[in-house]
Amino acid sequence: MSTLWVAIVAVTLANVAIKAAGPILAGGRELPPRVNDVIALLTPALLTALVVTETFGEGDHLALDERALGIGVAAVALALRAPVLLAVVLAALATALARLLS
Amino acid sequence: MRNEARRGSEGYLAGARAGLPFALVAGVVAISFGALARSLDWGVLAPIVFSVITFSVAAQFAVAAVLGAGGGAFAAIAAAVLLNARFLPMGMAVAPFLKGGPLRRALEGQTILTTSWALASRGGGRFDRAFMIGATVPQYVAWTVGTAIGVLADNIVGDVERLGLDVIFPAFFLALLVRELKSGGKRTIAATAIAAALAAALVPIAPPSVPVLAACGAALLGLKRRSS
Repeated sequence: MSTLWVAIVAVTLANVAIKAAGPILAGGRELPPRVNDVIALLTPALLTALVVTETFGEGDHLALDERALGIGVAAVALALRAPVLLAVVLAALATALARLLS
Repeated sequence: MRNEARRGSEGYLAGARAGLPFALVAGVVAISFGALARSLDWGVLAPIVFSVITFSVAAQFAVAAVLGAGGGAFAAIAAAVLLNARFLPMGMAVAPFLKGGPLRRALEGQTILTTSWALASRGGGRFDRAFMIGATVPQYVAWTVGTAIGVLADNIVGDVERLGLDVIFPAFFLALLVRELKSGGKRTIAATAIAAALAAALVPIAPPSVPVLAACGAALLGLKRRSS
């Protein structure tokens, strides 16, 4: 089997196992309240990390570029109570426009 | 009973509708993945099978990047697994809302995508299971069809970044984070601040995706007794 097929099969199996692990470990039973509190906080923690890394992460360093401008526009739109979809579209437009001009 | 069944299918449909805009983006990104695979001489079958059975944007691009740069299978697998390790905490967060025994929950867990997971979050750590499953379906279809188009056609998309499509995801996650912050208490704000600091501090020193995983450590604030 070629390197490519080895990678495809192994990544698929790992992916299935990772996605199965959480639901098997943390589902189907009553968990202590404190554990539930931790699980509930996973959502904002993960969302925050995704925003930070996808906005400022550039390989192995932080960068302030057109993405940050787009996310800034989205933040302003959200603060002004714009619908989510509008805020997202404005972010993409602002970033695309800034890249066009730079 | 019939009422309940109908309400159930409405949940899947609502999720599918919410997933449509992301399916459009997934389709465009998939076309660019197919075109990348074509430029790496992966043939027609391998990239399409890859998308059908793995269905992971980050993992598939990681494998393409590592193998394309002359790396071996092990390095490619390690990069992909590290990137997808975020599905572990995501799976734990939705776990209480999935149905059935371990096998059924494991199967339902396969529908976890970062976008669907985020779309299905209802604030305060709650999740809408049917909405998540429904939201994944159109994205899966677009991802596989888009990959096939990208492999078979000439590069018709060009640079995804030129269209600003790469900020769609963080912008969307920001919108959901705002909602979490509105519905959560002081602990949510504190966890957010810690997660942001951890992620930003680790980007320059840790391999990709480690910052996201480490930032989950901020959720340990939940162990602290509520002050109220």
